[in-house]
Amino acid sequence: MTDSRPMDVPIIRLGDVLVTGLINELDDKAATAFAEELTERIAAERAKGVLIDISRLEIIDSFVARTLTELSTMARLLGARVIVAGMRPPVAITLAELGLQLAGVETALNAEQGMVALGWRHAPRPPEGGNRRETLG
Amino acid sequence: MNASEAAVRDRLTRALRERGDEIADRWVQLQRERAAIDIGEGELREEADSLIVLLGGALNNSEHGMESVVDAHHDLRDAVMELSLRRERSGANPTATSLAILALKDAVLEAVQRDNLDPREMFPAALMINRLLDEAAALSFSAYVERREEIIQRQSRQLLEMSTPVVHLWRQILAVPLIGTLDTARTQVVMENLLQSIQTHEARVAIIDITGVPTVDTAVAQHLMQTVNAVRLMGADCFISGVRPSIAQTIAQLGIDLSTILTRATLADALAAAVEMTGQESPTAGAPTNR
Amino acid sequence: MLPGPRKGGIDVKLSGERTTAAPTVPPATAGSDAPRGGDTPVTHPVRNDEDLITVRHAVRAATVEVGFGLVDQTRVVTAASELARNAYIHGGGGTVTIEFPRQAGRRGIRLIVHDDGPGIPDVEVALTDGFTTGAGLGHGLGGARRLMHEFEVRTEAGKGTTIRATRWTTQ
Repeated sequence: MTDSRPMDVPIIRLGDVLVTGLINELDDKAATAFAEELTERIAAERAKGVLIDISRLEIIDSFVARTLTELSTMARLLGARVIVAGMRPPVAITLAELGLQLAGVETALNAEQGMVALGWRHAPRPPEGGNRRETLG
Repeated sequence: MNASEAAVRDRLTRALRERGDEIADRWVQLQRERAAIDIGEGELREEADSLIVLLGGALNNSEHGMESVVDAHHDLRDAVMELSLRRERSGANPTATSLAILALKDAVLEAVQRDNLDPREMFPAALMINRLLDEAAALSFSAYVERREEIIQRQSRQLLEMSTPVVHLWRQILAVPLIGTLDTARTQVVMENLLQSIQTHEARVAIIDITGVPTVDTAVAQHLMQTVNAVRLMGADCFISGVRPSIAQTIAQLGIDLSTILTRATLADALAAAVEMTGQESPTAGAPTNR
Repeated sequence: MLPGPRKGGIDVKLSGERTTAAPTVPPATAGSDAPRGGDTPVTHPVRNDEDLITVRHAVRAATVEVGFGLVDQTRVVTAASELARNAYIHGGGGTVTIEFPRQAGRRGIRLIVHDDGPGIPDVEVALTDGFTTGAGLGHGLGGARRLMHEFEVRTEAGKGTTIRATRWTTQ
């Protein structure tokens, strides 16, 4: 199943963080394939962090929610921390009403804050936030 | 019967016209005796004069039956409603206003009596006066109720609009002070406003203060949980503050699991915790610097 | 991106031969608030997860057309996604019909999701959170119900399931 279809979702490596994003058109098979590829990359590249930008996702149903939850668990087992960033307000409201809490999935307001949480110092605007969390190479 | 009614109407009209001054004086006097009315005598007299003229005019117009004389004459109707409004503004309760209008009965009847009316004519005259002024008193009361109704509706509209302000409390910290009952519709408005603001302000912590929420039942607790979950999904943290002991007790008794939710006793405590969480200088340590 | 029935055969029979009735266009209440004008009901097949994407697009377009706000759009599309996925995972495939009811000056979207699968043995249990027999977190049916204003399940063992779910505009 893994290589049955072309992977449309790029996974970019920045240091020991993998950066990727989900798109709207992803169907269930593609989502599963994406999760598998990402898991393999985490293991192969010994990533410490994974940022999944979902700011373009217009809906998250129970299948995508489950995919994200499982991804987080698998990544944790492989020693990486997953942050899902940029969920749109209507999506968050709908998920909450559905009763899906994405337990165990870390979230961030946007990709930038997600990268900061993963240890990336955001260099361009140092004065604003004051002391951030510890930075990582 | 119609002829006799016309005769009685005629007689009353005449009394109102010819003895108008007397009636007005007596009415003002009666009002001041019977109802604690905080309106000056001059103003009462003026009001009495114009109402008596309008009553006379309405009775003289025989086009309309006795069932709805006040309702049929718009100037009379308006005058009664205006009187009702004026009394309300002067602080009179609606009962006092109705009683004041009913006191006019006595004044008119006394005046008619002074015309040495035949007792057989007196009875229908009294009946007619009763019907006329009962209608006026009832109108003043329903006008009062209508005004109240309007106020209530306007206020509840305003309340819903104002009930969910999202306050930018501190850098990266938002607060929603909730006041009143939380139902599904309101929770959804709160959630939408809050989440939109989180995105706009790039806030990292949201505080929902429920000091003003009277009771928390299972449904309300569920709504709160949903809101907290939605905030968390956006990537921000959420505190609930203002949980009073009685509410904490209810929540415990209902067996609702709020253990995953960050709570603080007061909004101030929540703000302090939120500031700490965002790694900022404590607000108590002095004014925020630009650093 | 435009909604439209997919070409090719539907591998699930929906013709009149079925004794269970419930064909593509709704029975029961169809008369009371029958769509008019351009609000013609559209039926889409759901046989696999590619169809699911098509259904989502169609439902999104329909919610925009009816005038739903962004949050309501998301609610309805998400509910449609849950129900349509149920229809092909548990029901072996089926259809999603989008209707445009009107009631007391409000407009609405009604999703009629039908499958000819084995039916749901215990609807009450299936509506409970955490219940699942397939992929997902078991929030499908119960969650979809919470996202819609009206929700009705008709099911019979061995004869399939029809779910009618409606959401109205607030005004």
